[in-house]
Amino acid sequence: MSDILEVHNLAKSYGDFKAVKGITFGIADGEIFSLLGPNGAGKTTTISMLSTLFAPTSGDASIGGHSVTQDPMAVRRIIGVVPQDLALYEDLTGRENLTFWGNMYGLGGAALKARVSEVLEQVGLTDKGNQRVKTYSGGMKRRVNIGVGLLHKPRLLFMDEPTVGIDPQSRRAILDTVKDLNRQGMSVLYTTHYMEEAQELSHRIGIIDHGELIALGSLQELTRSIGELETLRLHVAEDAEAARLAAALQSLPGVTRVDTTDHQAVLMTPDAEEVLPAAVSKANEISIKIRSIDIEEPNLEAVFLNLTGRALRD
Amino acid sequence: MKKLFTIGWKDLLLALRDRAALILMFVAPLALTLGLGLVTGRFSGQDNNGLRDIPVVLVNQDDGQLGIALVNVFTSPEVGTLVKPISDTDAAVARKRVDDDKVAAAVIIPAGYSASVIPAANLANGIPSGDKKIEIYVNPAQPVSAGVIRTIVDEFIARVQVGRVSGLIVITQLIENGLLKPADATVYAQGLTDRLDAPTQSTITVRSISDTGTPPPTFDVLSVLAPGMALLFLMYTVTRGGATLLTERDNGTLARMLISPTGAAQIIGGKVIGIFLTAVVQVAVLIIGSGLLFNLHWGDPIGVVALVLAVAASATGWGMVIAAIARTPAIVGSLGAAAMLMFGVLGGSFGDNFPLPDWLLTVGKITPNAWGIKGFARLAAGGTFADVAPNVIALCIMGVALFAISVWLFRRNGFIKQ
Repeated sequence: MSDILEVHNLAKSYGDFKAVKGITFGIADGEIFSLLGPNGAGKTTTISMLSTLFAPTSGDASIGGHSVTQDPMAVRRIIGVVPQDLALYEDLTGRENLTFWGNMYGLGGAALKARVSEVLEQVGLTDKGNQRVKTYSGGMKRRVNIGVGLLHKPRLLFMDEPTVGIDPQSRRAILDTVKDLNRQGMSVLYTTHYMEEAQELSHRIGIIDHGELIALGSLQELTRSIGELETLRLHVAEDAEAARLAAALQSLPGVTRVDTTDHQAVLMTPDAEEVLPAAVSKANEISIKIRSIDIEEPNLEAVFLNLTGRALRD
Repeated sequence: MKKLFTIGWKDLLLALRDRAALILMFVAPLALTLGLGLVTGRFSGQDNNGLRDIPVVLVNQDDGQLGIALVNVFTSPEVGTLVKPISDTDAAVARKRVDDDKVAAAVIIPAGYSASVIPAANLANGIPSGDKKIEIYVNPAQPVSAGVIRTIVDEFIARVQVGRVSGLIVITQLIENGLLKPADATVYAQGLTDRLDAPTQSTITVRSISDTGTPPPTFDVLSVLAPGMALLFLMYTVTRGGATLLTERDNGTLARMLISPTGAAQIIGGKVIGIFLTAVVQVAVLIIGSGLLFNLHWGDPIGVVALVLAVAASATGWGMVIAAIARTPAIVGSLGAAAMLMFGVLGGSFGDNFPLPDWLLTVGKITPNAWGIKGFARLAAGGTFADVAPNVIALCIMGVALFAISVWLFRRNGFIKQ
């Protein structure tokens, strides 16, 4: 399968600050690729360069064979962008917003009218299309925001954290829309700091932190890279207790790694159920009361923790 | 081109859906026009001009024909009951009458005024210098009345200047082509000058069109106040429009446009069209509204349309410059409010601005208000497109120059990077 997007050593600096440090990756035609990383990792800067909003400091990328630095206008015709923040006119209706943005992409006449109706149906807002956007709920606004990116049927859709700050029902609708678009053949570059979204949607995932792409592969490849480790989370009352507990659990047999985060001691182990009794008894020994326990299958959170020593939400 | 109008139309639509903007664009200017009309007695019911029997003292020290012509203007039937002139020979006494608030203004025609203007008087000694000036000594306590006197004199002087220049050109051409002997030039020029004094050439802003069968228009104070208020609040509209450029940057819609297949020049062009369209709609609605509500006659439709478009273009230029200078929409709002008031004072939106020093009146010519209000007043007094063509040209030049400055400023501050 050919690559719709090829990124080569793409970098962006602001003075001495390096926001993106020379990342390289590709997205195949028809693929959903997630860029997973905490806030400030460089996800939005990467999308801004790929969508031709900012010129990279160095490196380049090609989309559908067009360089983002040499031929930005050609790139813009084949990409769709759903920005992280809503970019809509609140005093226009949903239909008027879509019509305006359709015009910006060179659509017009009866074809635009039909396409606007189609997109309204696609994002589930046909009956609300003639109401002003300012009357919409947050989730509905997000859906119009996505609809704008779909109007001209782009080959590659950039979605920058499209589910931030919305209710679970709208979030579910957005994730289903992404899957539906992909089924229709659209390639998607999806950025998120929600591990579950990346796991659910992606064919492949790139993990980005401090402007560097620190891991790249399918979910299976990434979890396998850390040895299929399970995560055992021991929740305690305060961070100081979590630190004492983590120190006590370091030497426990079968424990590969111990970290602390948010009132938790987090153990990476090949078999969490086997380690659990010993961990609880160790906590009793040092008089720390465990409030709750979570066991997680190998996942991206564990991968991120293993690679950076921090949780995704830190 | 289609994208430019799409952006412009969107901005017009958004402006018309902003209730606060609607109040300041349409309700406030009409309400203030109504208020000022009431203050000046425009709605007293006696006649429809709001002003009559304005006391003015005329001091004619000139022994030539132009002095007489100007005095005749003030006593002509066209002026009717608008002014109540009295004559005096002593300029100091006339000024004292103004200082004592007995009259609205004193018009002092200096000795030798005609000789300094008319070629006939001194062509043999070269082109007349035109160094003698008519003095209008105004009463600051009666600004509107004094403004009317000033308008009458300004109109007279403007026509004298046109006659002077064209007369000189004609005579010079005739001599150069051998059609007129230099010795006969004085006689010929005298003939031209005599026509200035002819009764049918009375030159004032109130012009008779009785030959068409319609009654002559009388001076209406609202013909100055209504455009004054319209142009005052026009500055609000254009600065609001300029601010939307920065609002779009903050809201992410500008970035979204920039990553669509739309060039930066198209976006800026579209924003300019949006401001311009909104300005045109505002002034047009105010003209129609004041016509219907106050029975105000705006004059020659072609002249009015040309002036509306020109005023909107120049004001749009100011809106863009203010947006280019400011960093945030809030700063645009503050700068816009300051510009609105300053332009209002300098440009004469609050009545005539003649009590200002001459240098401030000169500065005031950078405002759309100054050119626009005078143009609309001239049209309301019976002028045609030809009479306001200089105003239209000045406003258009102002608009183009300001647009160029704003583009330079936007580039310099890196507002739009491709």
